[in-house]
Amino acid sequence: MSLLMANPPQQAAASSDPPLQPTPTLVPEEKPLQTAIRFKDFHSWYGDFHALQDINLELPKDRITAFIGPSGCGKSTLLRWINRMNDGIPSARAEGNLELLGEDILAASTDVVGLRRKIGIVFQKPNPFPKTIYDNVAFGVRLHMKARKAELDELVEWALQRAALWDEVKDRLNDSALGLSGGQQQRLCIARAIAVGPEVLLMDEPCSALDPRSTAAVEDLMLELRKQYTIAIVTHNMQQASRVSDHTAYMFMGKLIEFGATADIFERPQCQETEDYITGRFG
Amino acid sequence: MMEERQISLAKRHRKDRFFRNLCRVVASTSAGILFILLSAILFEGIGALDTQFLSSPPDPDPELAGLYPALMGSLWLLVLTMVIALPLGVAAAIVLEEFQPRKRFLRRVHGFIQLNITNLSGVPSVVFGILGLTVFVSMFGLFGTEKLPTFEMGANYTDQFYNQGDFILEVPVDDPAAPETVPEAGMTVYTYDGRALELNLLGDDDDWPEDAALAERSLYSWDYPGRNKERSWYYFRIPFGRGVLAGALTLMLVILPIIIISSQEALRAVPSSLRQASLGLGATPWQTVRQVTLPAALPGILTGAIIAMSRAIGEAAPLLMIAGIVFITNAPGNLMDDFTAMPLQIYNWAGRPQKEFHDLAASGIIVLLTALLFFNLIAVILRQKLSKPLS
Repeated sequence: MSLLMANPPQQAAASSDPPLQPTPTLVPEEKPLQTAIRFKDFHSWYGDFHALQDINLELPKDRITAFIGPSGCGKSTLLRWINRMNDGIPSARAEGNLELLGEDILAASTDVVGLRRKIGIVFQKPNPFPKTIYDNVAFGVRLHMKARKAELDELVEWALQRAALWDEVKDRLNDSALGLSGGQQQRLCIARAIAVGPEVLLMDEPCSALDPRSTAAVEDLMLELRKQYTIAIVTHNMQQASRVSDHTAYMFMGKLIEFGATADIFERPQCQETEDYITGRFG
Repeated sequence: MMEERQISLAKRHRKDRFFRNLCRVVASTSAGILFILLSAILFEGIGALDTQFLSSPPDPDPELAGLYPALMGSLWLLVLTMVIALPLGVAAAIVLEEFQPRKRFLRRVHGFIQLNITNLSGVPSVVFGILGLTVFVSMFGLFGTEKLPTFEMGANYTDQFYNQGDFILEVPVDDPAAPETVPEAGMTVYTYDGRALELNLLGDDDDWPEDAALAERSLYSWDYPGRNKERSWYYFRIPFGRGVLAGALTLMLVILPIIIISSQEALRAVPSSLRQASLGLGATPWQTVRQVTLPAALPGILTGAIIAMSRAIGEAAPLLMIAGIVFITNAPGNLMDDFTAMPLQIYNWAGRPQKEFHDLAASGIIVLLTALLFFNLIAVILRQKLSKPLS
């Protein structure tokens, strides 16, 4: 198979066998982590509203970074700048540096279409296309390449398996995706996102519309995907942040208050505000 | 205290019953009026409605008169109008809804266009008729006239001679404005079935030849021709003149705002989460429109198209400006051909004093309504078919 992908299925399939790693704890990193996404002196506005103020942040590669903070603090805005989904909002603008593996994301010369292929996104509400399950997963792939039927079949199966959905849908790939449950739809959206072979996966409150079982399935999936994808997740669920993420960023009123290893943030927060928020005294 | 200010339950129920019944009465009144109108038309018109009516041209004798040229004219118009207006309207709606610019100036331009389209949807159709007359029929007089167009294709002009032996001889000419052909000895002439002959020119004193073969190619020097034109099915000219194409383009002006606005509404109704999903996967804006937004909006767009079509088939005023009330006995044969349409024919008949013609008008209305229902049915089936896959 000669698909032009960042994470070809064969390689991925080979490494998907080992059992889940336990939630990462304070074990010191053996080698310094590579930075996948770097925010430097980053500001953003909606019209006159200064939505993000002076963000300096480095998201490590192949790790899960959680963004927490009260509603309206700019978490989603931050996430959506990473693959420039904010381009569609006429009043949105940004200043400063934002890099993906050293490439300037905000530069006018950056091809947004190519960028979004490298940076997949999963939204808060499951948003499958009104097409079949198969076509949903194949959608992104078909955008980027002329894949033969057999290749496409293989890729769809691979993506659905990675999204832990294959066993549930393998007999009804040609049924409407809208007939799936909310949790299944969200996993389908994840399958759809990883089928294109992104390097980074942005998740904007991916579990907020799901029941606890589906949430658990999606969290397991994230831990599984962590091995190959840099994941940034926005969540309102503190337990979820502590369960799945390696690093946590606490944001408030458009500012990054604290960023560090998840265990540090949750056990020994440096800022009083962070502690108040995490312990539920605020927010 | 609070008890006293309660509205009694019985009173609330009474009010509820009253307004429910009022709505029922009002609704059935409108249905009743429609029913009376339709049955009156059916009663008047069904008598004259037969195959002869559908297949004959109009005639001064109401017994012989038919709707055929008008029916065909309406079909031509409708198909042409939809073929032109639907892509234009949907494309305009896509630009306005899906490709909104970021620059402030361009956003203003978009806003201005939007405002104009909204206003145009309320303009009386006669106004579009005048516009069509200037823009499509005469093209501001910049490209000659209908008789002497700047550009023309698919037309053959000939000068026809009827000689003394009742033979027809033809001489092709290049140009509708060319001077009349003067018979010359030895020139090549063509018979009606296309054989080339050498002309035998007779002087004033010569007798008509006895020999049939010679008579067939003989003309007196004082014979004069009539200019004849033949048009192929692909005949085309600029300016368009008072033809079907000009009529269809004018109707397009009438229905374009309807199509644009209803398509815009259909596109707007597509959840933006679907667009974001597509864009987030790295689709270009066009791929998003083509593969996600447009398919999801198609049922709504077709609903708008149905409304627009109904409007187009029933319009008389703008067509009156373009075609006028003319006596047409043939179905249009090319895009530039003269035409009439069902509403025009009905208007014509209804305006005559004799009762027989009024009945013909009623029959015409039945045909018009049936055609309308038929096309709507096709569109509804199409919509069902297209919206069935998963939504």
